[in-house]
Amino acid sequence: MYTIEVQNLTKRFGSFTAVNNISFQVKKGEIFGFLGANGAGKTTAMKMMCGLLLPTSGSARIAGYDLKSESKQIKKEIGYMSQRFSLYDDLTIKENMMLFGTIYKVPKQELNERIEGHLTELNLMNHKDQLVSSIPLGWKQKLAFSTALLHRPKIVFLDEPTSGVDPIVRREFWSLIYKAAAQGVTIFITTHYMDEASYCERISIMAEGDLKLIGTPTDLKIRMGVNTIEELFTHFVNR
Amino acid sequence: MSVIQVQNLNKSYNNLQALTEISFELYKGEIFGIIGPDGAGKSTLFNILATLLAPNSGYVSILGMDLNKDYKKIRKEIGYLPGTFSLYPDLTVLENLKFFAAMYQSGIKENLAMIMPIWRQLIPFKNRLAGKLSGGMKQKLALCCALVHKPHILLLDEPTTGVDPVSRREFWELLAQIKSYGISVLVSTPYMDEVTRCDRIALLEKGRFIVIDTPSQIIKDYEGKLYALKTDELFHLLELLDQYGENCSFYPYGEYLHISFYQDVGQAVDRFKNFLNQNQISYNSFQEITPILEDCFIELIKKSRDVYH
Repeated sequence: MYTIEVQNLTKRFGSFTAVNNISFQVKKGEIFGFLGANGAGKTTAMKMMCGLLLPTSGSARIAGYDLKSESKQIKKEIGYMSQRFSLYDDLTIKENMMLFGTIYKVPKQELNERIEGHLTELNLMNHKDQLVSSIPLGWKQKLAFSTALLHRPKIVFLDEPTSGVDPIVRREFWSLIYKAAAQGVTIFITTHYMDEASYCERISIMAEGDLKLIGTPTDLKIRMGVNTIEELFTHFVNR
Repeated sequence: MSVIQVQNLNKSYNNLQALTEISFELYKGEIFGIIGPDGAGKSTLFNILATLLAPNSGYVSILGMDLNKDYKKIRKEIGYLPGTFSLYPDLTVLENLKFFAAMYQSGIKENLAMIMPIWRQLIPFKNRLAGKLSGGMKQKLALCCALVHKPHILLLDEPTTGVDPVSRREFWELLAQIKSYGISVLVSTPYMDEVTRCDRIALLEKGRFIVIDTPSQIIKDYEGKLYALKTDELFHLLELLDQYGENCSFYPYGEYLHISFYQDVGQAVDRFKNFLNQNQISYNSFQEITPILEDCFIELIKKSRDVYH
C-alpha cells in the first residue's frame, strides 16, 4: 500500500521550473531518503506534498487524499520536522507537546497518556517542566521528532533533522526513526550526510528539478557502477 | 611559527560556561579545523578571536599582538566569515565585494588573482542580488569578501553547514588554494568527513578541547580494535545488542555496524559471532578495519562524557 503517490508533479515560478514532472511512490512504513543539491527543488517538492504549495501541474495522493482538493485532510495525517524550527524555546518540554497535540485536536485525556508514553521512551520524564531553551540540541531534535508523532500521523516529513548534532546523537535519532517506521509510519527524509542515505530503504536523487534516480542504495550503486552513495550523488550533481 | 596563541581561555554567559580552559596555537600557513556539534562553543571561540567578544580570562595573541590592547590593529589583518549569512542581501554580488574591499581600504585589483578561482564562478551572477544566490554560491561570495584584503589569517565559522556534498568539496578545494598563498586558516565544521583535509584538528565538546592533533595521529591513537559487520538486519541487531553485556562499543555506520573490542580481542570476536548465531542474525561480512576519524571522535566523545558527567 502506498502512502505517497506522486504523478507528473511540476512547479514553475515564472519561467523557472523548480520541480519538473516528477513521479514516484512511497510505501507504508518505508524510510525514503530524498537527496539532492542545494537548489535542486527538494524543498519545493516537499512543500507541495505537505499541501503548503499548489503544483503548476500534475497530481499526488498523500495518505490517501488528493493534493489539490483535500489538502486540509492531508495536513491532519502528516507530521513535519525541520532543523531550523521545531519547538518553542520559551515553553517547557511538556507545554510544547501539549501545544502541538492540541493544535492537532488530540483529545485531552488521550494526549496526556501519549505525552507520558513518549517522554518515558525518551527518558525525559524527569525533565518535562524544563524550558526547551535550556536543553541540549540533541534532546531537542529527538523531542521534536517525538512531538511530530503525537497525533499519530501516517507520514512524517523530516527536513535535515540531524544537521549540526554530534555523531552519537545522530545515531540515536536514527534508532527512533527505525522504531517509528517499524510501527508503520512512513518516513520521508532529506539529509546532507551520505552515510545516513544508506540507512534508508530507498533513496532518490534530484538535480535541477528532475528526479534523476530512485531505488535501494545497494541497487543504485550496482546500477551506476560506483562504490559509495557520495560518488552516486556527485555523478548527478556535478555542474 | 604561530600566528595565533591562545592560553587558558574561559568564557561564560551568566551561568552558562561556554568555553573552559581552551589552549592552542595556529601555525603559519596551516589549516586548523575545529569540529564539534551545535552548542559546543565554536562560534563563541570565533567571536573572541575576531575581536568581537571579550573573554572572561585567558591570554590571546594574534600575529604577536595582544587581543585586549591591539584589537583594532588585529581587525585589519584577519578575514572573518561568521556562522550566519553576513553579506548584504539587497546589494548585488559585485557591490558586496566592492563594499568589503572599501571597508578594508583595499582595492579589488591588487588581490584579484588570489580570489580569481572563486570569483570566476561568481562572475556570471555578478549583477544578481546576494540574497538570491543558492547556499553554495552565497558561501563562495562570503569567502571572496573575507579574502579581498588579503588577510594573514582567515577565520571561517561553519562555512559549509547546510551546503550539499558537492559544493562542500569544492569549498575545501578552494581552502587548499588559499593555503598555498601562505594564509593561515582556522575553520569549524559539524561534518566529520571534512576534517580529514585539515593539517590539524581540535575536537570541541561542551566547551573543552578533548583532543588536538593531526588526523593521522588521532587515528593511530584509537584504543580499540575496530570491526565492521555487514548485515541486512542492522537495526534489529542494534536492539538485540542493548542486552549484550560485553565490554565493547557499537554503532551503525552507513550500511555497516561498527564494533570496537578492547580486551582479548580474539576471544571477544568469537563470543560476538556466537551471539550472532544464537540470535540467527545472518551477515555478509565481518572483518577488522582501520578506523576513520568519525570512529575516533565517537570514542573520544563517549570517554569525555564518562569523565565530566
